[in-house]
Amino acid sequence: MPLSVPAPSTGPSVDGPVLELRALTRTHGSGAAEVHALRGIDLSVRTGELVAVMGPSGSGKSTLLTLAGGLDTATSGQVVIEGQDLSTLGHRGLAALRRRSVGYVFQDYNLIPALTAAENIALPRELDGVSVRKARKEAVAALEEMGLADVADRFPDEMSGGQQQRVAIARALVGDRRLVLADEPTGALDSETGETVLALLRNRCDQGAAGVMVTHEPRYAAWADRVVFLRDGSVVDQTLSARAESLLTAEGAE
Amino acid sequence: MSIRHGLLALLERGPRYGSQLRTEFESRTGSTWPLNVGQVYTTLSRLERDGMVTQDGEDDAGHTLYSITDDGRTELRNWFGTPVDRSHPPRDELAIKLAMAVGAPGVDIRAVIQSQRSHTLKAMQDYTRLKAQALADVPSDRDEVAWLLVVEQLIFQAEAEARWLDHCESRLVRLAEAAATEPPARPATPAVRRTTRAEGSRR
Ligand SMILES: Nc1ncnc2c1ncn2[C@@H]1O[C@H](COP(=O)(O)OP(=O)(O)OP(=O)(O)O)[C@@H](O)[C@H]1O
Ligand SMILES: [Mg+2]
Repeated sequence: MPLSVPAPSTGPSVDGPVLELRALTRTHGSGAAEVHALRGIDLSVRTGELVAVMGPSGSGKSTLLTLAGGLDTATSGQVVIEGQDLSTLGHRGLAALRRRSVGYVFQDYNLIPALTAAENIALPRELDGVSVRKARKEAVAALEEMGLADVADRFPDEMSGGQQQRVAIARALVGDRRLVLADEPTGALDSETGETVLALLRNRCDQGAAGVMVTHEPRYAAWADRVVFLRDGSVVDQTLSARAESLLTAEGAE
Repeated sequence: MSIRHGLLALLERGPRYGSQLRTEFESRTGSTWPLNVGQVYTTLSRLERDGMVTQDGEDDAGHTLYSITDDGRTELRNWFGTPVDRSHPPRDELAIKLAMAVGAPGVDIRAVIQSQRSHTLKAMQDYTRLKAQALADVPSDRDEVAWLLVVEQLIFQAEAEARWLDHCESRLVRLAEAAATEPPARPATPAVRRTTRAEGSRR
């Protein structure tokens, strides 16, 4: 039985993984000051899949995510998004891919202070050539989904931390990004709101996106199909949910 | 104990017979703690002995009906009004296992922690799927709401365990680092034996 996930509309490699990390390493500094933030990570995430990354502070979670999102460059190894090796893309190609295919939720939100909530969400879409009106409409819809319809016209410094965080998530989910990367997307949220956000992320993946989420919260990680444990820059273990297991078994038996 | 009070709570809504009580208990709790009919009848006969329920004729199909007495209602109200005792925690196999793993020859305690963490998270993933299903349509009837509360209790309990495991691991790492950098410090006086309320008479 194939994965019963709607086929993506675009993308050169429809059946392959949306994200693939191959023998990825990242080393900071050199000599005595050398820090091995990642030591050879292999990870592949396909359409429909939500992966949670857990591990102690300093284990390399954010490093993994920034490399996966093309925000940092690996020391060795490859990052492949929808079949495209990021190292083969030029500066502009990378920027376009990041805008179009990747939704990124930063640990510290990264909203533009001079733009309202709706404008923050609409901006990347406009840069992508979507009309201002359509981008605004999408932004308002995304805010509604987050239960934030009333903050559309407020600036970041006029919102609570949890509201800013949800705006940042809405910005990452708007449009049809195939890959959603989220670094601690629930840090500023209360338990109930955190669940709502996870349910949305889960839903987005069920509809055909692929997601990687860093979290310290086991209860949020439990929404994922797979939990990957990092320690000192290496994957030490992973879990599959019963669903993921049954999908894989069914596939293998085909 | 909980089966006793669970049955009283169900009987407060009207007379019922044994296997009906079993079915209702299970649909409330999503069969998380299955009961067998034998347990139900044993509990009913104890409740009857204690004057909290009484046999109350038969239904059309010939099932013996039980109903709650005034004493039973008082008992039930007391139960709802009294917190569940947490000062005598039941024995916990995982806590015992980790306690035994500290310094045990040939045991990698971090591996013990990690394999438990994986297992606990996997259980949480499965509970969370059940919960997502339960939430797919807004829970409307009593049983659906009750089941949601129960499955969330399982999730929160597993979460507490996963967090405790994270904490154990970082504590061990920190202690190991401290031991590696400082000369082993032995207390000058014998350590005072620690007692907790949980310790002592029971089990
Ligand atoms: N620019 C840098 N220069 C030197 N070392 C760095 C740099 N960025 C990260 N590191 C180191 O790389 C390691 C991994 O960092 P990373 O931010 O990925 O951890 P993390 O798992 O996200 O931790 P946290 O849970 O605290 O966010 C850490 O030891 C960190 O100190
Ligand atoms: Mg981090």
